[in-house]
Order: sequence, then C-alpha cells, then structure tokens
Amino acid sequence: MTLLIGALVMGVILSFLALGIFVSFRLFNYPDLTAEGSFALGGAVIAALIISGFEPLTATLLAFICGCIAGACTGFLRSYLKVQELLSGILVMTSLYSINLTIMGRSNIPLLSDTTVITILERISDRMLGVSAKAVLLGWSIPCRNLAVFLILLAVLAVFSLALYLFFRTNIGTAMRAVGNNAQMVRALGVNTNLMVVLGIGLANGCIALSGALMAQYQGFADVQMGIGMLVWGIASLIIGDSLIGIRSTGLTMAGAIMGSVLFRLLVSIALQWGMNPNHLKLVSAVLVLLIIVFPMMVQKKRKKKGAEA
Amino acid sequence: MLELRNLVKIYNAGSPNEMRALQSLSLAVSEGEWVVLLGTNGSGKSSLMGAIAGSTVPDEGSVYLDGSDITEMPEHVRARWIGRVFQNPFAGTAPDMSISENLALAAMKGGGRGLGWALARKRLAEIRERVKALHMGLEKRLEDRIGCLSGGERQALTLLMATWIRPKLLLLDEHTAALDPKTAAEVISLSREIIRRDSLTTLMVTHSMQQAVNMGDRIVMMNRGSIVHDFSGEEKKKLKVRDLIELFNEEHGELQNGAVHC
Repeated sequence: MTLLIGALVMGVILSFLALGIFVSFRLFNYPDLTAEGSFALGGAVIAALIISGFEPLTATLLAFICGCIAGACTGFLRSYLKVQELLSGILVMTSLYSINLTIMGRSNIPLLSDTTVITILERISDRMLGVSAKAVLLGWSIPCRNLAVFLILLAVLAVFSLALYLFFRTNIGTAMRAVGNNAQMVRALGVNTNLMVVLGIGLANGCIALSGALMAQYQGFADVQMGIGMLVWGIASLIIGDSLIGIRSTGLTMAGAIMGSVLFRLLVSIALQWGMNPNHLKLVSAVLVLLIIVFPMMVQKKRKKKGAEA
Repeated sequence: MLELRNLVKIYNAGSPNEMRALQSLSLAVSEGEWVVLLGTNGSGKSSLMGAIAGSTVPDEGSVYLDGSDITEMPEHVRARWIGRVFQNPFAGTAPDMSISENLALAAMKGGGRGLGWALARKRLAEIRERVKALHMGLEKRLEDRIGCLSGGERQALTLLMATWIRPKLLLLDEHTAALDPKTAAEVISLSREIIRRDSLTTLMVTHSMQQAVNMGDRIVMMNRGSIVHDFSGEEKKKLKVRDLIELFNEEHGELQNGAVHC
C-alpha cells in the first residue's frame, strides 16, 4: 500500500510535467525537446540551492523561474531567430546538459539528510497526527505522513492547474491559445505571435522544471540525467488523458492530462512490481505512445478497406 | 490615405524560376474609396495585399498609410489599422476555439491584452449583440467551436472580426472565392453593408467580373506585377462585364505569349 501511495505521489508530481507538455505540445503544437533539459534543470537548481542551505519553498519557486527562462530561450530561438522548430528545442536541451552539470558541480546530488518541501510536509503531519499514526484505507494501513504528503501535493496541483486554466481564459492567455491554433489569423488581429511563443514555451518549461524540482525532493536526489525520456512520458500522459476524457476543451484536456499522468505512473509501478526490468521502462513507454498513436489509424484504415470491399 | 510607391517584389531572384511579382508598382487610394482589384493568377495581387498587410516584405519601394511609412513595420503592429479577410475561410478563424473567443480576439485589437478576462461580461454582451445583427442565428451558438461552422458563416464572422474596431483600411482577399454562389452573394451583401456603413477605405481582390462591375468606386486591373488599367468615376460606372472580359482576355493573351517566350 505504501508503494501505491508512492506511485500516486509521483503521478501527482509528474502531472506538473504533463501540464507543461500540454501547453507546448497541445496548445502550441510543438514537440518541445527542451523538456528533457528543463526537468533536470529543476532538479539541479533545487539540489544546488538546498545543499547550500536555501529555504526549500523559495528554492522550488526559483527552479520554476529557471525553467521559464530556459523555455523562453527556446521560444526566442524558434520565433525571433527563425531556427527550425525541433532544432530550437534540441539546441537548448543540449546546452542545458552542460548548464545543469555546472549548477550541480557533479552528476548526482543526494538530498536524503536535507530539509526539502517533502520533509517539511512530513514534519507538519507528524506534529499534527503523531509520528507513527496510521490511517486505514480499504483494509490497508498506511502511515499518515505519506498520505498527508499525497493529499497536500494533490491540493497544490489542484490550485496550480486552476490558476493555469484561469490564465488561459484571460486576454493574453486566449491570444496564446489562438497562436497555436492559427498564427496567421492572430497576427492579422494584431497579436505579437513571436512574443506569445516565447511566453508560452517559457511557461510550459516552468511547469516542467517545477515537476523536476519536486521529483528530486521526493526521491531524495537530483541527477543530471533525470530528464531523459520526459517528453515521451508527458506525451503518453496526454494521450492517455485524451482517451479517458476525449473532449477537446482546454479545461477538460488539462484534467485529462493530470489523470493520464497519475494513471500512467500507476501502471508503470504495477509493471515494475510484476518484475519488469526498470532499464526497459523508456523503451516500453515509447512503444506505448507509438501504439496509442498508430493503433486507431490502423483500425480506421481496416474499416475503410472493409467498407470499400462491401 | 494609402500610397504605394514603386513596389518591387521578386521571388527566386537570379534563378531560372525567377518570378517578378511586383514591378515598380505605384497606387494611391484616397480616404473612403473602395478599390476592386482584378488580375489573372500570378499577376501579383496576393503579393500586393501581402506588402500592404505586412506578411510580405517588398524588395524595393514603400508603403504609406495616412502619410507614415509602414513598409518595415511588423504585421502585428500595423494590424491595428488594417483589417484583413482571407480567401480561405479556415485562414481567418482559430478553428478549435469558440465563436465568442474568436470575436474576443478581434475586440482585443482596441486594447486590453493583459490579464483581464477575455470574455468579460460587457464584452460578451457586445459580442452577442453584434453577432445577432448578422441575422444568422449564431448568437445562440457562441460557445460552439468555430470550426464546426460552414464556410459562409466563418467568412461572415471573419468580416465582423476584421471590422470590429473600425480599420483605416480593409483588405478583402478573394474572400468569397471559396463559397457557393448563394453564400457568396450573402457575404458580398454583408461586406457592402459594413463598408458603406462605416465608409471604410477598401481594397478588394476578386475574380468575379460581376462583383467588379457592381461594387466599389474604382477598378484596377493588374498583369505581371504592374497596373495595366485603372477605371474610376463615370468611366467605371459605364463598364460592363463584357468590356472587362474583353480587356481581361487581351491581357491574358499577352500573358500566354509571354509564357511562350520564357
């Protein structure tokens, strides 16, 4: 049961990643590889700040801002300097590898004995409910502190995604969504589409770095390679969310992304529990994304063929 | 009002595929004038519209709007004064967004790009009122995706968006070419109504001789990047579809001969 709660917490943390990928991949139609670098950037910034004695909440906020800056760089390359779409992300992702190493000073920083956002939450729970308090859920007993971490992070996620949703209903947020939908038209209506791309991709990578920062604190270490495969992970969450909800309004797609992220992490945990080799995880998630994209197309083709024969 | 001076635009310069889209083209349009632009495919109409709207940067020459040089001004900045309706009904709207959100984007042109609600109550009321005035029943479907609408409905809405804040200049780029005749007629009559009501300075590209004869104050015919005929006033009023087709065929024949020499 502790394992299940662990998977749920990770799912919630990775939901921030999924929201970021939702912004870049869905709203801006842009497979932004910066994600791989900015996820690790979040981890690198938080780890470097925490071991130098920084207050973890502020440090998490700073990680978010660093991610925004990295994303804004990609947006700048793409819109103002007219660098090819994919290449702009690849360039920033590659530079971030060196930047992350420089920030961390080495390739891995353990945070096990330091104060992190997670240990703060656990301490609050301990103080209020006692160190060894257990809750009984569906017949299983779970340490209250784990449950508290999950519930508080879930509440933070809810507030964060609500804020994001409301942002996309403001003037500037609506203009941003329109840029991904029909840039030519928005430009003719007087919107600076280049600036919107910089801000939007910046925001997306801010969410992703936030996810990386929380993940580093939860698992107790930051690693320079922790971002590898994160774009595919986010896309998988989005696609699962789409098939769960299936309607294309901004709010519902966001809710779908969160549900997809949690569900995907749960499935992965179950697979690992059943003995899947963790080394195969990225391969499996890539193949899964491929199947989810290709399978409906193949079914459709077959149906069409059948229709033609009939 | 609008003045184009010696505009030159050459695509693929120096290569065998060189295309002279605009050849030292000059044109002056006065305040409140409605100019109909005719010409064959490849005569440079689209490049001309692009140079005015800012989506195409001319190689030489300048574009003046109300006396100020806007040749190098980015498209989104000059969009404040220029309204544009495209040929393709899909080009003028954001298909995945609702009707009201699309119109809100147009309303933002008049300021208000910050963190205010895109669909604030006051704006929404104005949107409903103006959509109702189209008499298409769309005011009941404001929350629907605009992508679900027909081409004609989308062009009508694009026209509404382009003129939401009264533009100094309205560009209509074959905006009824992709519609069936009945719908085209409806959109045309809506265009006429809006242009006359707000006495808008308008530049309209069309392939329909009938529209050219019946609408506007002036006909400008282009061929190979230059203006070859320019009729206004009484001269324009006397023009018949037959005359235009004759002129058009003359020019077109010349074009074909030219093509042989290439």
